Amino acid sequence: MIPARPAPFTSATWLSAVRQHLFADWNTGLASVVLLLLLGYAGTHLLDWGMLRAQWMPDVAACRADGVGACWGVVAEKYRVILLGRYPLEEQWRPVVASSLLLALLLVSCLRSFWRPWLAVLWLLGLPIYFGLMKGHLWGLSLGLTAVDTDRWGGLPLTLLLSSVSIALALPLAVLVALGRRSELPAIRALCSVYVELVRGVPLISVLFMASFMLPLFLPQGLTIDVLLRVLVGITLFAAAYMAEVVRGGLQAVPRGQVEAAASLGLSWWQTQRHVVLPQALTAVLPGLVNNFIAIFKDTSLVTIVSLYELTGALGLALNSDADWRPFKLEGYVFIALIYFLFCFSISRYSLWVERQLALGNPS
Amino acid sequence: MRLSWRSASGRGLLYQAAALLVVMVLGWFLASNTAYNMAQRGIQSGFDFLWGPAGFEIGEGLFNFDSTQSYALAFLTGLGNTVRVAVTGIVMATLLGTLLGVGRFSRNLLVRVLCSAYVEVFRNIPLLLQLLMWYLMLAELLPAVDTPMTLGPLELSKGGLMWISRSAHEEGALWALSPEFMALTLGLTLYTAAFIAEVVRAGVAAVPRGQKEASAALGLSRLQAMRHVLLPQALRIIIPPMTNQYLNLTKNSSLAVAIGYPDVVSIANTALNQTGRAVECIALVMAVYLCTSLLTALLMNAYNRRVALQER
Repeated sequence: MIPARPAPFTSATWLSAVRQHLFADWNTGLASVVLLLLLGYAGTHLLDWGMLRAQWMPDVAACRADGVGACWGVVAEKYRVILLGRYPLEEQWRPVVASSLLLALLLVSCLRSFWRPWLAVLWLLGLPIYFGLMKGHLWGLSLGLTAVDTDRWGGLPLTLLLSSVSIALALPLAVLVALGRRSELPAIRALCSVYVELVRGVPLISVLFMASFMLPLFLPQGLTIDVLLRVLVGITLFAAAYMAEVVRGGLQAVPRGQVEAAASLGLSWWQTQRHVVLPQALTAVLPGLVNNFIAIFKDTSLVTIVSLYELTGALGLALNSDADWRPFKLEGYVFIALIYFLFCFSISRYSLWVERQLALGNPS
Repeated sequence: MRLSWRSASGRGLLYQAAALLVVMVLGWFLASNTAYNMAQRGIQSGFDFLWGPAGFEIGEGLFNFDSTQSYALAFLTGLGNTVRVAVTGIVMATLLGTLLGVGRFSRNLLVRVLCSAYVEVFRNIPLLLQLLMWYLMLAELLPAVDTPMTLGPLELSKGGLMWISRSAHEEGALWALSPEFMALTLGLTLYTAAFIAEVVRAGVAAVPRGQKEASAALGLSRLQAMRHVLLPQALRIIIPPMTNQYLNLTKNSSLAVAIGYPDVVSIANTALNQTGRAVECIALVMAVYLCTSLLTALLMNAYNRRVALQER
């Protein structure tokens, strides 16, 4: 016999809501009490360390005093190096302007009403402007700015550059590879499969090592490519393999009848893919692709291992050689973790939003 | 069949021939450049260096390694360390991730909120940064080796976690975990658990609603329903993405190089710097990971076939 259960709650005051969600029965009530106690304990300690006893001014002596909690002064003191790396001090307006431009371009690309062919044109115009501003010259053409080599670039601008450019380049490559893996031509299918499986089987760090140590050996004598460009190529090739698998999932989800209908309308293979299959496939896998974008954004932190000073590397640059501020590295880590979190979290929320937008467009 | 641009099969053949040609020319171009460059710079090639003495020490490993032993043995020690971290991480991340994923279905609002907050925080911060933070906390913020925190026979200090035997005849550490190992395992576990939690949540959510209602109708408690009805069915959906997470964890263990844990990538990096044989060292690392990936995929596919629904 199943014992009779109490009738469900009907009133909707906040007290009844608390009772329903936290203290519905003995088990949940006990769990709530234990969790609340734990949360309270951890929360008060964190609050005490991070806010109440924290030192906000960039003052080493005050930070080192007894009983002081977090020393956020380290951020106030070092934010230029953490955010911009080794870029020359008097020229720092340039990375700020260039990254704002890049961010604006990224934001525009997020809006569905801007998904038009001219968006690609905008990117093709925007990236040279970014590079021109950062480098001070473009293809040997002087822009009247002091030249700054790529080895001095760093911080947030580098993180943004690496992630946005590799995403922009990897996406078309991924679509081609995914189409290749679904192709009826055995040689093309084999080539694409080998590429995807090979790249997905190795860690990014080995790809980066390859880009930084081996690529110079691969190129003809006298041709040297900047390390930033080599790393960009490495991340792009790596990301494209993962994205290709996501796109392939979308291609598989397009019903067979669509391709047959396109064939009976007399569309060629390329026309079928371009006008019938890809629009449906890419829409279906957009959330998966955005997850990939987040992964790439986080993965750019690895370039610090091959000595490019993006956000994570720039923090080490700012603090490792400074004996005064080095003890407060944890606070620095928390600061950049917050930056990464803000970016990744907003991209993931954006993904949910787009998913809803697309669902509105195709009621099923 | 005519070889003509007008027939689909003819075009197909031409496309394939062109693609193969491009790949072969590119391969030949890169290989000849590499051979020429290496000859120019006087770089020796070949795997013979593996049998020479390594000349560097390795801090930890399944067996003792000293600097007179060969590079090959150093690589094996590194491989052992990678496997040690990967296996520990996979077991712990599966346990924690499943708990967190199931917690998303709790009736207790607080449990649900905490589980989703955990997932959001740990997913959205780069693993490298998390590893560096754990390593900083374990290696710099803990008390010094001579004044450790003690909990029964356990001692925690900058030197790592040690199990101390206090019996009179056998003084000393029975086993010890280095701070590098602990930081790497902890970081990989907490990071991957967030992803596994999402995999488990999606798997349980995909089990048809009727199953849950049927188990409630049979009088099973929510825990019993989860344990005997929902999770076993979710398992079929969970296995392929879970395999991906295991592979990711194994590949991510290569970040050990950033905190100085002697895994196979750090050993290769050291060997590369000492011998200058970049091509060989990187090829070895890639081969190791490719083999592990393929092996894991093979094992998990076999398991997947065993638990898959037998349909006629």
